[in-house]
Amino acid sequence: MAKAALMDYDRALELFEPVIGLEVHVELNTKTKMFSSSPNSFGREPNTGLAPLDLGLPGTLPVVNGEAVKYSISLGLALGCSIAESSRFARKNYFYPDLGKNYQISQYDEPIAYEGEVEIELANGRVFQIPIERAHMEEDAGKLTHMGGATGRIQGAEYSLVDYNRAGVPLVEIVTKPIYGTEGDAPEVAKTYVQTIRDIVIALGISDARMEHGNIRCDANVSLRPRGAEQLGTRTETKNVNSFRSIERAVRYEIQRQAQILADGGAITQETRHWHEDTGATSAGRPKSDADDYRYFPEPDLLPVQPSAELIAELRAALPEPPAARRRRLKAEWGFTDLEFQDVANGGLLTEVALTVEAGASPAAARKWWTGELTRLANAAGRETADLATPAQVAELAALVEAGTLTDRLARQVLEGVVAGEGSPQQIVDARGLAVVSDDGALIAAIDAALAQQPDVLEKIRDGKVQAAGAVIGAVMKAMQGKADAARVRELVIERAAAE
Amino acid sequence: MSEISAEQVAHLANLARIALTEDEIQHLTAELGQIMQAVEQVSQVATADVVPTSHPIPLTNVFREDVVGETLTQQQALANAPESDGSRFIVSAILGEEQ
Repeated sequence: MAKAALMDYDRALELFEPVIGLEVHVELNTKTKMFSSSPNSFGREPNTGLAPLDLGLPGTLPVVNGEAVKYSISLGLALGCSIAESSRFARKNYFYPDLGKNYQISQYDEPIAYEGEVEIELANGRVFQIPIERAHMEEDAGKLTHMGGATGRIQGAEYSLVDYNRAGVPLVEIVTKPIYGTEGDAPEVAKTYVQTIRDIVIALGISDARMEHGNIRCDANVSLRPRGAEQLGTRTETKNVNSFRSIERAVRYEIQRQAQILADGGAITQETRHWHEDTGATSAGRPKSDADDYRYFPEPDLLPVQPSAELIAELRAALPEPPAARRRRLKAEWGFTDLEFQDVANGGLLTEVALTVEAGASPAAARKWWTGELTRLANAAGRETADLATPAQVAELAALVEAGTLTDRLARQVLEGVVAGEGSPQQIVDARGLAVVSDDGALIAAIDAALAQQPDVLEKIRDGKVQAAGAVIGAVMKAMQGKADAARVRELVIERAAAE
Repeated sequence: MSEISAEQVAHLANLARIALTEDEIQHLTAELGQIMQAVEQVSQVATADVVPTSHPIPLTNVFREDVVGETLTQQQALANAPESDGSRFIVSAILGEEQ
């Protein structure tokens, strides 16, 4: 695949105004699927725990999961949307084996929630109001694995394997209106918006919100129009952007790519494009279908959804505080500097730090582990920081450091074990024998060995040169692979000097 | 009166994955045209004050409790698969793309 020519980013912005639009899919964490009573859980053996409906078998009929409707209404309200007095499901018809029915049950002309607004704040402090067009309910599709091609991608595949476990998982698709006025911040606006949606669904408790599991997925629409032009340019829709970092990179890439084509007198093809994390580029997918080609029609097997005013009021009363208010409150509670707070927010880690503090860690320790070691490990592995550990695990680690069971150095090793899925910090400490050794017997043996090498140390200490103990502490640390309790070693050496 | 073209019929057939001969396209173009006319007659009666009916039964809000029910075993799920690798369905190479 030839790499597209890219215009310098600043130059692109001089010539063109970017307009973006975002579609975010959120998988709900109900116990069962949208239209069947089979379990909604991640990580099962392929094609297990399915209901006949999930396979699209003849004679099956969908029944709406009432809990999923409530979750969807709560999400709509949290996005500042109006909730439709009456909404209905529709069939989106297409032939692709990710759904056995040959159609997806979605919503089309009557979504459950419409016309909202979400406030986001960038790391640089700029605030944007993101206009929401709609949020609608639908079902997720199964997962295809393309086999036989060199890269596992669609092109060149000889056959595909289908796992229907994900088919029917409840989804809410949130669609923004075109977002104007973002200028050079467009990539960061896109990233921060998705981070904010993630914070909202976690606060609502309606999604597991793990990017790596595909619980939140983003399609980014980008178009450019020449400075001063009224009419919107032709847009592309980049799919497969499933980490915060790649959302930012994909939008930036499309701005640069489209600018170069337009400046060369070319035209943008309206199409879906695929984001490739490895090359940092997008490639052309299929031409964008007309909505007409999906031949939407009202789903005849399902009845309209008409939530009562009482239900909506009840769900509204239970909403968590809005993201902007929450951000201000957390900033005041944590006492971070602007830079420290930005560091957390920019990493999309506000929720992680907040939950870690709730689990008992100090704000400083929570921030340190999430934005420090965990972010470093995530970057090295090309993963999402929030997916590496749970707030409870980080709080447990911080408590072990606080209690003196672990030094920072040992804690980093424990964290690696947590990320590798070896268990809780305490389990890893036990299994790997990583705890700081403060047992006098073991320490004294190591001190004896060190003193045998440096017999003059005790004499120096008796002469008042207490810092000479440092040489013994260093030797003991080395002998015990950093696991010695340094303060206790120091005490023991000084006691020994006084006793002899 | 709305016309329907042979190109539109061919496009629809393609969307529905139905292979049609030239003769069949001609035949269906005429038939679909007649169906369109019939629908238009209904539209003349259905003025703005008539609420569209997508469901003839006056029921709403039929929901299910969020409780896990019976499920199929993997063997049962794959029983009707033309081909499988033991845990997943095998389908021929996909020329299109995910929706």
